[in-house]
Amino acid sequence: MKDLQQRLGGLYDSYGYRRYRMNKFEQYDLYARNKDFLLSEQVITFTDTNGRLMALKPDVTLSIIKNGRDGEGVQKVYYNEKVYRPAAGGVFREIDQMGLECIGSTDAYAVSEVIFLAAQSLGEISPESVLVLSHLGVVEAVLAECALSADARAAVLHALAEKNGHEIAALCPERAEVLGLLATLYGSPAQVREKLSPLLSGAARTALRELEEVLSTFEGTAVEKMLRLDFSVAVGAKYYGGIAFEGFVEGIPERVLSGGCYDPLMRKMGRSSRGMGFALYLDLLGRLSPAETVGEETLILYPEGMSLAAIHQRAEQERAAGKRVSVLPLGTPTDGFAEIITLE
Amino acid sequence: MDKMLNIALPKGRLGEKVYALFAAAGFECPSIMENNRKLIFENEAAGVRYFWVKPSDVAIYVERGAADIGVAGKDILLEYEPDIYELMDMGLGKCRMAVAAKKDFVDDTTLPLRVATKFCRVAAAHYLSKGREIDIIHLNGSIEIAPILGLSDVIVDIVETGTTLKENDLEVVETVFPISARLVAGKSAYKFKTEQIDKLVERLKEIVK
Repeated sequence: MKDLQQRLGGLYDSYGYRRYRMNKFEQYDLYARNKDFLLSEQVITFTDTNGRLMALKPDVTLSIIKNGRDGEGVQKVYYNEKVYRPAAGGVFREIDQMGLECIGSTDAYAVSEVIFLAAQSLGEISPESVLVLSHLGVVEAVLAECALSADARAAVLHALAEKNGHEIAALCPERAEVLGLLATLYGSPAQVREKLSPLLSGAARTALRELEEVLSTFEGTAVEKMLRLDFSVAVGAKYYGGIAFEGFVEGIPERVLSGGCYDPLMRKMGRSSRGMGFALYLDLLGRLSPAETVGEETLILYPEGMSLAAIHQRAEQERAAGKRVSVLPLGTPTDGFAEIITLE
Repeated sequence: MDKMLNIALPKGRLGEKVYALFAAAGFECPSIMENNRKLIFENEAAGVRYFWVKPSDVAIYVERGAADIGVAGKDILLEYEPDIYELMDMGLGKCRMAVAAKKDFVDDTTLPLRVATKFCRVAAAHYLSKGREIDIIHLNGSIEIAPILGLSDVIVDIVETGTTLKENDLEVVETVFPISARLVAGKSAYKFKTEQIDKLVERLKEIVK
């Protein structure tokens, strides 16, 4: 894991990202006001010596946005921090998280660079990985064409997130075909574009073109083979607008990377700049590496009264032959040892 | 990469009907129907590995990646809300989630409604949408006797033919939602076994039509 973190840090550094270091603690208020952005609403809190309610940080992006200033050009930072969140099962854990943020006047090239770094990050973890992208503007524009109540809209978004094409038709009959496609489509950008483009117009088509322009950066490259389009990504996420993406590695059931353009979050936090970035959930990668195996161990048993120097000498002899050696008095249980040497 | 498609089937009558559909779609594994206590069966030629699990656990196996796909009832999916894809309505195991009560029951809206159920999340969401204050009594089985013994005013439970309710002098007061068996897929599994899963879904849809 440390090796991966070093390689990723080197990669981000080579693209002009500077390391951002932050405190373990933030004021709880920051997370209370932005619960929608957090992976979990549960946060570890405590009262500090000044009577302020503090939190063990569950996230890094919010702090980076809060501490930045508009009008200072493009801020490119990466982080490698420990965050505190409940894991599956509901128990709080200390989690390694890496990520980067690009804040400022981000144009199409800057967006493509962040996507490239997301893809490269996945490639560093495993060659069997994919980066799945969406443009939330496509979904929003299509939904705007339906006369949906708030409840019906929430149901459609839920069905989209589940790739539940068979329920969407009943929820929104007037746009059943295109919504059904948005729910079920998954494939390379070219494959998805071919099926979806003819059904889009207006703002939805503009959004798809914006995504295509950014992805044209990678035509003919190794990264292109990693890219997939899927409009179930980040559906309903209030803090993302525009391009959003998730990264998956074969053998890990959950997404290991998530990111996108979060201009709505910037506005909510009183910033006028644009912002985008991604987070890599390193705690999910543990099971990818083969489990450490414990080698076979030799046990040397010594009788009471035997010379300490003689015991030591014999043990060192066995270790010099490359063995793992434990030395214990006669009478100790001997289960679990590959070889037992009894000294006399 | 494990090239086999790992499929979690719900143990019981529904699971056997589901398997029959899979077999008709060309994903047979004849050893699965042998009378033994084995839980895992594979047919390498067809590229499938089946295992029987408790119906309410199918979604967990899929969500956690132990199974690539599975079949689970809509009641389970709505109660536990696993983070998975729902790719198809299998058209099997049709029933409904309903509110039932004693035949002479009259709802006193000045009091919280006592609701006995196995499906606490479903019940809470249903009554929240109606703005009705409730007291949820979580039971694990034999829900029908709760209103008879005065433990609850109503129950929220699965109703098939309605025979059990009738025999206990209960009746359906309202339907919450229809239920049927759904084909679900793991989000990561779908990314790496897309063709296999899409092919299976396509063949199943032809059979179910």
